[in-house]
Amino acid sequence: MQTETLIKMANQIGDFFEAEPDKAQAQKDIANHLNRFWTKDMRNQIAKYAKEKQGAGLHAQVISAISAYLKA
Amino acid sequence: MDDIKYSTHSHSVNTYDPKKDYGTPKSIAEKNVTLDIDGVTVSVPEGTSIMHAAQLSGVSVPKLCATDSLEPFGSCRLCLVEIEGRRGYPASCTTPVAEGIKVHTQTSKLADVRRGVMELYISDHPLDCLTCAANGDCELQDMAGAVGLRDVRYGYEGENHLKQEKDESNPYFTFDPSKCIVCSRCVRACEETQGTFALTIEGRGFGSKVSAGNASFMDSECVSCGACVQACPTATLMEKTVIDAGTPEHSVTTTCAYCGVGCSFNAEMKGQEVVRMTPNKDGGANHGHSCVKGRFAWGYATHKDRITTPMIRKNITDPWQEVSWDEAINYAASEIKRIEAKYGKDAMGGITSSRCTNEEVYVTQKLVRAVFGTNNVDTCARVCHSPTGYGLKQTIGESAGTQTFDSVMKSDVILIIGANPTNGHPVFASQMKRRLREGAKLIIADPRAIDLVENSPHVRADYHLNLRPGTNVALISALAHVVVTEGLVKEDFVRERCEWDSFVVWRDFVAKPENSPEALESALGVKAEIMRAAARMFATGGNGAIYYGLGVTEHSQGSTMVMGIANLAMATGNVGREGVGINPLRGQNNVQGSCDMGSMPHEYPGYRHVSDPAAKALFEAAWGRPLSVEPGLRIPNMLDLAGEGRFKALYCVGEDIAQSDPNTQHVTHALESMECVIVQDLFLNETAMYAHVFFPGASFLEKSGTFTNAERRISPVRRVMSPKNGMEDWEITAKLSKALGYEMSYAHASEIMDEIAALTPTFKGVSFKKLDELGSIQWPCNDEAPTGTPTMHIDEFVRGKGKFFVTQYVPTTEKVNAKYPLILTTGRILSQYNVGAQTRRTKNVEWHSEDIVEIHPHDAEERGVKEGDWIGISSRAGETVLRATLTERVQPGVIYTTFHHPESGANVITTDNSDWATNCPEFKVTAVQVTRVHQLSDWQKHYKTFSDAQIAFANNKLSKKTQQPA
Repeated sequence: MQTETLIKMANQIGDFFEAEPDKAQAQKDIANHLNRFWTKDMRNQIAKYAKEKQGAGLHAQVISAISAYLKA
Repeated sequence: MDDIKYSTHSHSVNTYDPKKDYGTPKSIAEKNVTLDIDGVTVSVPEGTSIMHAAQLSGVSVPKLCATDSLEPFGSCRLCLVEIEGRRGYPASCTTPVAEGIKVHTQTSKLADVRRGVMELYISDHPLDCLTCAANGDCELQDMAGAVGLRDVRYGYEGENHLKQEKDESNPYFTFDPSKCIVCSRCVRACEETQGTFALTIEGRGFGSKVSAGNASFMDSECVSCGACVQACPTATLMEKTVIDAGTPEHSVTTTCAYCGVGCSFNAEMKGQEVVRMTPNKDGGANHGHSCVKGRFAWGYATHKDRITTPMIRKNITDPWQEVSWDEAINYAASEIKRIEAKYGKDAMGGITSSRCTNEEVYVTQKLVRAVFGTNNVDTCARVCHSPTGYGLKQTIGESAGTQTFDSVMKSDVILIIGANPTNGHPVFASQMKRRLREGAKLIIADPRAIDLVENSPHVRADYHLNLRPGTNVALISALAHVVVTEGLVKEDFVRERCEWDSFVVWRDFVAKPENSPEALESALGVKAEIMRAAARMFATGGNGAIYYGLGVTEHSQGSTMVMGIANLAMATGNVGREGVGINPLRGQNNVQGSCDMGSMPHEYPGYRHVSDPAAKALFEAAWGRPLSVEPGLRIPNMLDLAGEGRFKALYCVGEDIAQSDPNTQHVTHALESMECVIVQDLFLNETAMYAHVFFPGASFLEKSGTFTNAERRISPVRRVMSPKNGMEDWEITAKLSKALGYEMSYAHASEIMDEIAALTPTFKGVSFKKLDELGSIQWPCNDEAPTGTPTMHIDEFVRGKGKFFVTQYVPTTEKVNAKYPLILTTGRILSQYNVGAQTRRTKNVEWHSEDIVEIHPHDAEERGVKEGDWIGISSRAGETVLRATLTERVQPGVIYTTFHHPESGANVITTDNSDWATNCPEFKVTAVQVTRVHQLSDWQKHYKTFSDAQIAFANNKLSKKTQQPA
């Protein structure tokens, strides 16, 4: 899939959990959402992008969520 | 279920028989009254009419103006009785029972009076019984016989109504006033049952006549629901199909194949031909009512466009080749195997539809998971109610509405958000209107003035929150802000039933000044004081019920809004009893069921995640195949990957993504890029024009199964005629599975339901046998609730404690600007259904033959657009041309249209934007520009050429005989 599409989707998820006051919890929730609803290929693609491009264009919380909690 | 037992002295109990007409509605009083009718002692609930009590005791009192779907009227004077010790001859329909009275229904005096009454009726009625369409099904004829009418002393020469002209304007029924006895049943049905008030009795005395307001039925306010036809005791209002075919000889109860109300109907048959569909009085969802679609628009099932022979082709630019079932199945299987070998399992998937039965959906997801070996299966709920599934699962623990439809009769304040029940869910809307006429308050949140705002007789919204499209979440925050900051939270409920910590976080969030109505009014376009008043009314007005539709879900924050609705319901204590609740109105008949049956890529039947080891083990053991723990692709993901050449094979059952999904050109590009598209449908739908294999499907009249409606009601679909295509749809899927090496050895759809029940805790007690016994069952149905669960979350939420979620408003990225200054929002209309594949092939097109754009007069004037002009609508995704109508129902800056006709290309303009949690498309918000034009858009011109060619490929398909050597 187009990486731009995945970035947009991931950022929308990040926007929702932005309101969670507990930042660590928010990161877990974001990763959990990706783990539960995205295919493995989609997860791997966004993880690869986040690593290679240092998360350019990604919501800060999403970057942290991906590096800390995303299932490979 | 009507299983009230009545006791009489001759029979110990008389069970209520829904096939009988008791003359007046049933009383629901708890106290019983005992009386004597013609020497039989009867005990019935207080408030029961003597007529109703008599029928229960086995005595039929003659009647004409009474029927048990309507309040008693007392006009025909045929049902008179004598009561010992009382003077005169009271009408048994309007006289309630009283303790100890002795009633005589047959005396010589009563016989004289009744004959006299009938004599007057018959003196002004045509005596063409033998050639009359109601012959054998006419209450007037029955009563003439019952009272022993032998002579009409007045003759037939005097002034009469026999020369009155028929009104045949309605495509489905005729109105023949010469046969009318002015009993007012039709007028009362239009008022009480339907709530439209289109009919009236005009004039007085001899001049009285039924009138559709000085217009023909077609030009009147009539919505063709059929309630008047159902109520008419004579041939005055009569289905044209009965006039043509004669009276039916047998009847089978089944379930409507249209909207999420899921009405129960009797298919009245002559052999294998449907003569008419009449609403089932005993139907749990509809209680004997219907709408123009279910009642009349079933002719598509035998429409000439039905494709009944399988077809295959190598390329979509080739003509179709007609083949046998075996050839079609084997070809499809060989293509799937080829593609699997070349591109892998993950390049394949399936899509089911909410127009499929539960059993069809179940076998399709089983095929994809167990045989294709991937979780790439999705359903059209993706593009409508997927946010409901997600949002309600998160907050209350179950992906379903909390109530029955009947619950609305105990609501005090009804809040409708982004739904248009009179058009989308008409039979439920009639029930809601009845409650509103009884005095319930109404708050409507909708950018557009739907009919319930102020265009429904005797119903008017107390508040219309006409917000800008895309600002739902801001609205729910503003309403919640008022509840929280004005001390209107039902704290006892929250403390007992919800996670307190989550409540505190939510409370503190919505209490922030930036979530106040005053802070949000400019974003919403709704005055702060109106939001405050509406919130107070909802929180303090008694039982508050929220009904919502796709105006909530089809947004970039659809899931957030569903959670916001659940937050509000929990904070105000409006969950867990009758009269309240969170009620998603489902678009299609089996949206609930298709989701229940595990057709989402991340969950098995019963909403169990594919990564759940227990669920995986259970299904692996039952199906005997290894299953994947990885969530599969959703429809938009499949299409994105297909466009990139990485998704190659699709089995699409009953769904038409090329018309119903957003950004049509993106969808068709994806379809063109696949190597094997298998479409299973009644018709050559838009998606089938891109298919390589066409499996002809069976209509709902030709198969067995179940549908699950918006109130979790599982209702039986029964086969009343042989499938024109040769087999039921689940059989096609099973054959494909077998050809792929996996046997699905069901002998009947009921065996599929048995498997579902064995594997799904909420369906544990469901079987076809029990459905035959009970009529319908609302899940959960298990050992704790063997006859089902009308109201959910009564003592505790399914997830234990209800959980509040913080719902931050995030404006959509689909923004208006100088180039696209207007917002397009979409909806539906009463007479058409979804993509229109069914309704466009019925006479319903007489009400709506094309999709029209509503535009505010101010926006129209700025662009020089007049009523009926063609206008070009362009968005970031595409351009189409439709005809405009000028109306203040839409607010300035917003235009509105429907998507029932493919050539309209409404989805050519909608974009790829989608809900953050579920990818449900943002159909309700598209930034557009509108200009006056004189010709179709380029897309429409291309569409016409393409679709004409595809239809020709199907019409001139190569049969075996004409097939050219390769």
